[in-house]
Amino acid sequence: MGYFTAQLISAVKLGSIYALVAIGYSIVYSIMGMINFAHGELLMIATFSLWVLLNAGVPFALAVALAILVTALFGILIERIAYRSIRDAGESTQIITSLAVSIFLEALCQAIFNSSSKALIIPDFFSKTFRILDTTVSVIDVVTLACTLILTLAVVLIIRRTAVGKAMRAVADNMEAADLMGIDKNRIITAAFVIGSVLAAVAGILYSGKYTSFSNDMGFMLGVKAFIAAVLGGLGSLTGAVTGGYIMAVLEVFFSGYLPRGVVSYQTAFTFLVLILVLLVRPNGLFGSSNRQRS
Amino acid sequence: MEKVKLRNNPLFRFLAVVLLPLLALLLAAFTGGSYYESVLVLFFINIILAASLNLTNGITGIFSLGQAGFMALGAYASSILTLSEKTKNTMVRNMPEWLAKIQLPFIPALIVAAVFSMLIAGLIGFAILRARGHYLAVITLGMVIVIKSVLDNANNLTNGSRGLSGMARYSTLPVVVIAALLTLFILYRIRISAFGRAMIALREDEDAAASLGINYSTIRLMSFMISAFFGAVGGGLWAHLQRTIAPSLFYFNETFIILEMSVLGGMASLSGAIPGAAILTFVPQILANFSTGFTLFGIQIPQINGLTNIVMSVLFIVTIIFRKQGIAGNSEYIVSSLFDRQTYTGLFKKETYTGFADAFRRKKSA
Repeated sequence: MGYFTAQLISAVKLGSIYALVAIGYSIVYSIMGMINFAHGELLMIATFSLWVLLNAGVPFALAVALAILVTALFGILIERIAYRSIRDAGESTQIITSLAVSIFLEALCQAIFNSSSKALIIPDFFSKTFRILDTTVSVIDVVTLACTLILTLAVVLIIRRTAVGKAMRAVADNMEAADLMGIDKNRIITAAFVIGSVLAAVAGILYSGKYTSFSNDMGFMLGVKAFIAAVLGGLGSLTGAVTGGYIMAVLEVFFSGYLPRGVVSYQTAFTFLVLILVLLVRPNGLFGSSNRQRS
Repeated sequence: MEKVKLRNNPLFRFLAVVLLPLLALLLAAFTGGSYYESVLVLFFINIILAASLNLTNGITGIFSLGQAGFMALGAYASSILTLSEKTKNTMVRNMPEWLAKIQLPFIPALIVAAVFSMLIAGLIGFAILRARGHYLAVITLGMVIVIKSVLDNANNLTNGSRGLSGMARYSTLPVVVIAALLTLFILYRIRISAFGRAMIALREDEDAAASLGINYSTIRLMSFMISAFFGAVGGGLWAHLQRTIAPSLFYFNETFIILEMSVLGGMASLSGAIPGAAILTFVPQILANFSTGFTLFGIQIPQINGLTNIVMSVLFIVTIIFRKQGIAGNSEYIVSSLFDRQTYTGLFKKETYTGFADAFRRKKSA
């Protein structure tokens, strides 16, 4: 029983990270119809910014806020420099460009900070543990879950209730028509990138806060997994992104926890096989719309 | 007499595409020494890899990120087949006896490996080619992850993450030049056949192609399998150039390098594989001289890690923004000049030479 709860808890916290990142993919996808493979690198940017700020002696809370700000700025810059001119260029061009941006950011980070892994020291408060039922839970696990819930709720509220959200939905529905109605599409796309970047920054900080060591290649694989989570849930759907994130984490954690020895090292392969199976049955993901338009 | 443009004159084609490159190649091969030879070998292997990806991504319009996976299959399968029983048994624990016993000469091993990879591609493609666009891209990327995971863990076949080593260096310059020419020739014949036109028709308009009786799934699957075949040939040659292989070498980085060659050269053109491979082979070699730090106008530039990646990705983004069809675009000038009979038969016609002189005179007066 204890083993199961422990597995479940680690699935929940990993799933929260995936969900936060997957929402970012999903928002950008629904508005621009493009997949931003460089999204994962935002986690790296957030972590490195926080690390630099903490080393410079900035108080923790301020450093976190600044790191999120820096990440959002990078998100805006990436869109402005690399993606704006290829907005109408077709799926494959966009995928390739974002891959290139991803490689560029990772290499740039390597050039500045080299590729050795670094330790992030967060206040002791976060690593305090307490017991729920029969398992140990640390404060950062609770913070991770809370952040995910609050931020997801906030994104839903922004999209459903605010003027910006309404404009975002309009642009997602039909960019040209929204443009003709006087909505500034560039501003809306920037807003989407800011939201995505903030979520990614929080996810990055929570992730490296939990595992304490990080390096310049932390973002890509995490990004790819979160992206797969978004695809699993159905790109363009917020519910899909969150559900996909948790499903992905549950698969990963339970495969590595429960598969028989000798097979367990194939867990990554199993996770992807499940993804392929899901897409075979539902080619648009679990919550994706069945027509090929973006939603 | 009809005036033929200089670039379409058989003599010009022969000089530009056949004779001069051949001379350059011979010169480089005989004066360069072993370092230049291995760079050239890598260049021809890269041509094979890029051209094989162009068949799916550019010509058929299946956007695959999986070429590194097939390259890995080719590299591993051919290496296991060429290594001697003794080497295999000392390096790999518990390799199945029948497999350890097999030892083939290089060329048959390469072909068996390529066919193996093609069959695997058939199995995978059968399952995944229903997906399109973004979904296909991510599934093929997932395929690379799965293949790496299998290579990492099938210890009794692949020696796990330590990889295989001790392969003989069979990939000499003549071997890879012939392999690259054969690859380009076969792919070019496929492209200009009815089958190849069906691929292009599918890329342009699926519904229209289907209404003319083109079978969507068959063509896509065939294209995917042929691409995997040549991807594996490239991988096998690569393994017998490097002489050690490990699963981590066939991962996202390699995927991206192949993709970069294909896109920079021009995805829709087989000829594009040549300039694409040239850039991705030679520029990193040049940059390697600078990555340890250098002096520019008296300013000491310190060592820059990952310089190649920075330069290549910037070059890449700039290319996509300003010329997204790549260097070659839709033109098959290089490959068609190489393989069309007119280039060679034209050399025996008088018009060729008068036309050549004529075109030159016009160019001068213009």
